[in-house]
Amino acid sequence: MPHDHHDHLSPSGHPYRSDNDAPLSYWQVMEIAVRELMIEKGEVTAAEVAAQIDAMDARNPSHGARVVARAWDEPEFRAALLADATNATREMGFDIGPMNLVAVENTQDVHNVIVCTLCSCYPRNLLGLPPDWYKTREYRSRTVKEPRKVLAEFGVELPDNVTCRVHDSTADMRYIVLPARPKGTDGWTQEALAELVTRDSMIGTGLAKQP
Amino acid sequence: MYEPGQTVRIRALQPPGHVRTPHYLRGKTGVIERVLGPYENPEQRAYMLPAPEKPLYRVRFSMAEIWGDGAEHPEDTLDAEIYEHWIEAAHAA
Repeated sequence: MPHDHHDHLSPSGHPYRSDNDAPLSYWQVMEIAVRELMIEKGEVTAAEVAAQIDAMDARNPSHGARVVARAWDEPEFRAALLADATNATREMGFDIGPMNLVAVENTQDVHNVIVCTLCSCYPRNLLGLPPDWYKTREYRSRTVKEPRKVLAEFGVELPDNVTCRVHDSTADMRYIVLPARPKGTDGWTQEALAELVTRDSMIGTGLAKQP
Repeated sequence: MYEPGQTVRIRALQPPGHVRTPHYLRGKTGVIERVLGPYENPEQRAYMLPAPEKPLYRVRFSMAEIWGDGAEHPEDTLDAEIYEHWIEAAHAA
């Protein structure tokens, strides 16, 4: 009921979110204390901490989209990506650090979807921070039990003759789905192809956009 | 060491502490999908203890094996990373 006058609704009709006036948690206090101590002792500077936060925030799904578009366009790169995604993406400047990357390819017969049932492992170097739903108990528990129902809720209806492969990131690997290339994109540049690659298509909860 | 294609069973252990073998795969039979190489055992690393390297594998299970009659689509699969000390040789189900 937008525009109703009510104490708990903003003028937009949405409820106000309560202010975060709760005291800091034990771990929040710990983080501030350790950070301030390290700055005081000259181990890091405040600017370095800020720069690292900026670097983490700068990672986003356009990085993964460039990898996918290149794999669609260059058969040799596609083969290298599927054989050793860690090094294939590192050579493009997307270093995954101490983790390793596995790329799994969607085809006419196979659809892949990524989940981390134990926590929230996610290919952050290629996709940035995970969406909130990726970390929910519901997504984590249902995707391994009823992936087709979960995918249908994301708008992806898998035919019976397509095998669904769920990948649970349980340890040191991170996963990215190489979505199927949309039809009608022959001769497109990699820049144009990358525009069709959504975040969800690289998690497996979506498909690449149709041109 | 196990080879790709080999049938294995995940040991149904219940150790305390930080482990990265999900409960829903313990006691289940699958096939080695690929060998990932040696990685430091997270069961020690999580506590900042010396962590010996253990071979890590990707193991593929059928949904029928994991969920039995409750499987949504029995031929669908689930792959997970499992450390060698959680794996024992098995016969194909």
